[in-house]
Amino acid sequence: MSAGLAGFPMSNIVLEIKTLTRRFGTFTAVDALTLSVNAGEVFGLLGSNGAGKTTTIKMLTTLLPPTSGEARVAGFSITTQAVDVRRVIGYVPQAVSVDGSLTGYENLLIFAKLYDLPHSERQARIHEALEFMGLTADGGRLVGEYSGGMVRRLEIAQSTLHRPRVLFLDEPTVGLDPIARDAVWKHLVDLRANYGTTLFFTTHYLEEAQSYCDRIAIMHLGKLDALGTCKELEASLGGDGHTLNDVFVHYAGSALDSGGNLHDVGAERATAQRLG
Amino acid sequence: MSATFIHPLTGFVEKTFVITEFELRKLRHDFTELVTRALQPALWLLIFGEVFSRSGAMHTGNIPYLDFIAPGILAQSVLFVAIFYGINVIWERDLGIVQKFLASPTPRAALVLGKGFSAGIRSLSQAVVVYGLSLLLGVKLNWRPLALLNVLVVVVLGATLFSTFSLIIACIVKTRERFMGVGQVLTMPLFFASNAIYPTAIMPGWLKIVSHLNPLTYVVDALRTCMLAGSASSFGLGRDYAVILVTTTVMVFIGARLYPRLAS
Repeated sequence: MSAGLAGFPMSNIVLEIKTLTRRFGTFTAVDALTLSVNAGEVFGLLGSNGAGKTTTIKMLTTLLPPTSGEARVAGFSITTQAVDVRRVIGYVPQAVSVDGSLTGYENLLIFAKLYDLPHSERQARIHEALEFMGLTADGGRLVGEYSGGMVRRLEIAQSTLHRPRVLFLDEPTVGLDPIARDAVWKHLVDLRANYGTTLFFTTHYLEEAQSYCDRIAIMHLGKLDALGTCKELEASLGGDGHTLNDVFVHYAGSALDSGGNLHDVGAERATAQRLG
Repeated sequence: MSATFIHPLTGFVEKTFVITEFELRKLRHDFTELVTRALQPALWLLIFGEVFSRSGAMHTGNIPYLDFIAPGILAQSVLFVAIFYGINVIWERDLGIVQKFLASPTPRAALVLGKGFSAGIRSLSQAVVVYGLSLLLGVKLNWRPLALLNVLVVVVLGATLFSTFSLIIACIVKTRERFMGVGQVLTMPLFFASNAIYPTAIMPGWLKIVSHLNPLTYVVDALRTCMLAGSASSFGLGRDYAVILVTTTVMVFIGARLYPRLAS
């Protein structure tokens, strides 16, 4: 691996993104994105709709090939070592990704099998994951009967069964009420504390970024506009008393709704409805 | 991370069955579908079959017309159920399920074949229905175990073939509305350009050629050979199996290439 981030040993970098670019026709969704994330970091990717956050996550999770540029996850290239990357990541998409016609336990069992967890460890891991996410009592119920917060926690349990190095979350708390959001975050923070999982997530909620992120990146129109800790970003505006909200408006522009199409909006609202 | 090495082929077969297992587990909770599916073959056999049998309009050699179409209707009901299987994949895409499976190290071909195979097993209920109706109508069935086994295998393979084809369409059109349109457009030509309800011998030349390119014709031929007492195969069971297996393999290969498009 090449140049590390100042202040961190080079081997500590778990996610390295270099001039990553994705075009759809003439539209550039992600424009030469370059950044590094350290092992165990909670990293928030912010930006208005259409800023390129979801496209970035799709490329990093190998769902979408980049037009140019490169990224490495735990040392594996997303373009030439996609299967290796898939083994070391977990992914919680924005939309609901567990199956409502299976029980919580079954949803975990299928992923335990797909990720080749040794037969002898499966049961223990599944029960540990259910317990960790506060779902032990509900493992035998159909997921169709779960509440929105429970669904999200099950999704996180499912994505972390194989102990990924990096967990990617696309809008993990969209459509959840404040109590369910806090519960989800409590579990995510525990995940990092117990297993050293790096969290890379996108969000619209600035207060979440403020409370939980080690560092924040703000994207605008496909480009990285700002990168640093919350305090650094607030200080970068000069003067005192700036909030993260000021930072966001400064970098991402006041036009909050600059992108996204009907399909995206529909998908997001449908998710919110299903979870809420 | 468990660093155990798994041979790619073993991994592929294992993952295929994992996908199939969980697709079938979902069935437990909804049996109404199995009942509604029984309706269509009943209509075709009891109404269409009876009427055409009485009219004597179809010349099916030394086999009574009802006997002739019973395997054809089984093949047809397998086709009709399988061809709309892809709608499930579009539904799973609109949720985030497809994306999550694609972000896992599961081989794409295992995701596709596993789903197709589950559709194959589900369609066995159609065989039970058609056998029941055939008994009722006095169709002379072949009850030898080997013949029955062949029918089961052909039904599963046929449904796997057409549901994988359906999945390919779903990967291309991506929306429910377009998918339903394409599905409707495809089923009838596949059905009519086959030997399901009339022998290819009475077809005009061009249609005969089309029907020989239609995989459904070989599914019907194999079913007719095994299901009826005293029916000879038009193509030979070996060729029927070869066509079905090769077509399914090609479908799975194309499906595996297209499946990731659902996530992007």
